[in-house]
Amino acid sequence: MKPGEQLKFRDPVRAKALTTRLEELVKEIGRDPISVMHVCGSHEQAIARFGLRTAFPLKLDVVMGPGCPVCITDVPEVDEAVALALQGVRVCTYGDMVRVPGTVKSLADVRGDGANIEVVYGIDQAVELARKSTEEIVFFATGFETTAVATAAALLNDPPKNFSVLSAHKYIPPVMEIVTEMPGSRIEGFLAAGHAAIITGSGVFEAFVNTHKVPVVVAGFEPLDILAALVKLVELVRDQKPEVVNMFPRCVTHEGNKVAQEQLWKVFTPTGGRWRGIAHVPNGNLRLREEWAAFDTRKRFNIDVSRLWDYAPPKLLGQCICGEIMSGSKSPKHCALFGKECLPENPVGACMVSSEGTCRIWHQYGGHLDLRGIS
Amino acid sequence: MKPIPGLVKHNQRIAMRHGGGGRAMRTLIEEVFMRGADDIPVDGVGLSAMDDGAAIRIGDQYLIVTTDSHVIHPLFFPGGDIGMLSIAGTVNDLSMMGATQLLGLTCGVILEEGLERDILERVQASMQATCREVGVPILTGDTKVMGKGEIDSLVINTTGVALTKRIVRDNGLQVGDRIIVTGTVGDHGLAVMALRNKLELEGDLRSDVAPLFDLVQKVLAAGGDSVVAMKDPTRGGVASALHEMAGKAGVGILISEQAVPVSEAARAAGELLGIDPLHVANEGKALIGVRPEAADRVLAALKAHPLGRNAAIIGTAIAEPKGKLVLDTGFGKRLLAEPEGEPLPRIC
Amino acid sequence: MCLGVPGKVMSVDGLVAVVDFWGVQKQVSLHIVDEPVVPGDYILNHVGYAIRKIPQEEIAETLAMYDELLDGKPEDLMRQDVESEVGASRERPS
Repeated sequence: MKPGEQLKFRDPVRAKALTTRLEELVKEIGRDPISVMHVCGSHEQAIARFGLRTAFPLKLDVVMGPGCPVCITDVPEVDEAVALALQGVRVCTYGDMVRVPGTVKSLADVRGDGANIEVVYGIDQAVELARKSTEEIVFFATGFETTAVATAAALLNDPPKNFSVLSAHKYIPPVMEIVTEMPGSRIEGFLAAGHAAIITGSGVFEAFVNTHKVPVVVAGFEPLDILAALVKLVELVRDQKPEVVNMFPRCVTHEGNKVAQEQLWKVFTPTGGRWRGIAHVPNGNLRLREEWAAFDTRKRFNIDVSRLWDYAPPKLLGQCICGEIMSGSKSPKHCALFGKECLPENPVGACMVSSEGTCRIWHQYGGHLDLRGIS
Repeated sequence: MKPIPGLVKHNQRIAMRHGGGGRAMRTLIEEVFMRGADDIPVDGVGLSAMDDGAAIRIGDQYLIVTTDSHVIHPLFFPGGDIGMLSIAGTVNDLSMMGATQLLGLTCGVILEEGLERDILERVQASMQATCREVGVPILTGDTKVMGKGEIDSLVINTTGVALTKRIVRDNGLQVGDRIIVTGTVGDHGLAVMALRNKLELEGDLRSDVAPLFDLVQKVLAAGGDSVVAMKDPTRGGVASALHEMAGKAGVGILISEQAVPVSEAARAAGELLGIDPLHVANEGKALIGVRPEAADRVLAALKAHPLGRNAAIIGTAIAEPKGKLVLDTGFGKRLLAEPEGEPLPRIC
Repeated sequence: MCLGVPGKVMSVDGLVAVVDFWGVQKQVSLHIVDEPVVPGDYILNHVGYAIRKIPQEEIAETLAMYDELLDGKPEDLMRQDVESEVGASRERPS
């Protein structure tokens, strides 16, 4: 898409027309609040970046779900990377992961202790490092299926023997069921992540919609994409039509990217596992298949995370209510840890980890600041 | 609840974010270096002001003093190098305090054992060329060598001294004042980041490193007493610098995102890396607060200068919310956060 | 959840393309894109991999689809006329 083409999706005049339409729809339904959820960090990023929340109707609650792969990478997974780094192994990872705390330390902390942590833009850079070196290179792989396909492709492309992958990849579709089934969940519709759906196809959500009778709209990431998808989603809520609608057809097809899917499942297999602050998610984790054991960091090294703990792991996690915050049933003001034990520099739960996490935003701005009146 | 021993322990080490120019660095300075610093009275601007430099009254003038240590990896980058940076950085800090007459600079270097002499000579040549461009001499210097691995190739500290009759602080904003940026934002930080993370980007992404003394003279000539605040948005970028200006003045700032000049290359690199150009360093830009009636005059003076041709009025000081930045994106409004620590490329 | 950036393919060498993102060029892997890619195509990049070829005609179709959401009201049609005029006259500063 040419810059000009992309700017078409950033047209404030069209955006205004769409927000007016959204306002009318919400008024028409006439009850409050209408709660919908997006399950995508990039949606939150775009909503925040373009200030869209001030343009949403007051009675439309757009809840940020468990869509940030950095936030939901579980504590023991971070611990594994940290422990490896302390064992003297060179650990490469995406920039987002460096500051995410494990039980006691983040990768940034152990870098301060002298561990060898390398921030890379993509897995290919880590493979390249391994090729040029004889030392062991571990790639701490995080992200959803979109990012996992890059990991799969790199492994299928004959990486050197001193390269291995510590997979913390996650698979989105199962978690929507978890959130919908959470007690007290008020979610009436989902915005599905467009970039993940490029890989899986919009069809992957049909089973969920049939079972749970909740509409799903696949949405892109420009302001108009998000607003148009919300208009469509609220229409479906109004008409009580549980359907999958693809509002990102310039990138997403019904079947998805078959080539990518084939590579993904050749390398990974879904297993159950915890998502930080959410729950155990059946089939929510992507792990390397048995055939790839030679490149599986967990098979290659004896990772001893217990040596990290110079005291018993804190019990704080048990008090964290990020799960409820991400399911939209609670807000940070209900949390006993918020602003006390749980701070941006020492986050306990997922929502305080990411710069776009609900708790992080609340902490930074003293709650929910209404900017509508400022001129 | 009792403090958690493990967490306290790792907090007591210095982390990269303490040098990032954001809140972590300011807190560290306040907690470590400012302790007891108020005890020494200064007629002018002292450490507790945490401005770009200090000012000491001498007769009817002020002597401005500022110091800056320069570390950058790699030493040579598109658009500049550490030598040019070490001169421009200090000249810019002097300029931001309202300096009208530059007296001179000092230069201390710490070299790593094994550094190639050729590299040092190239850096020195670049320093000299920049000094000549600005018209400021290096008055004195110091050289130290440390063992291999004890320091990363080369560190340069420069201290600058200058004179002025009227100091321009970074806390002078009042409600209604306009904020001008002197050119495109984010170029330096994104250019260096792209290189440092081995992104292998090719194209027009270049650091904006440049000495701003001459440009600032034009601003002061055009705006006079209506130029009420200046700051160079280095580490932490425009977001961090404006937070400081807003916080110290007790105002808020409303910024129009569409008015902020960003080069196509920096915009592209920002999109690719998921980093906001407002959050990364500039080395040749200034943020200038002016009384509303003088804004157009100052803008015209900037645009007539080669380093200011992309200058733009990007915001206005507002009464509420105090100490915060509100960004009008054209679609809605949001608070513009202060970056925490070094920005890192994102996947999500 | 995943940062995706559109860019234009400048050249292709096997499974590696040089892609232009508004004046910044970067190598992008074509291992997982599901359609043949040639210079001039637009792709969506994620962590150095092209994950999708973006068909040009889809862009206009998407915009038309968004405008349909606003349809059914006379003032909307008028608004669209105004929009396209405003849109055409708006240029971004460089």
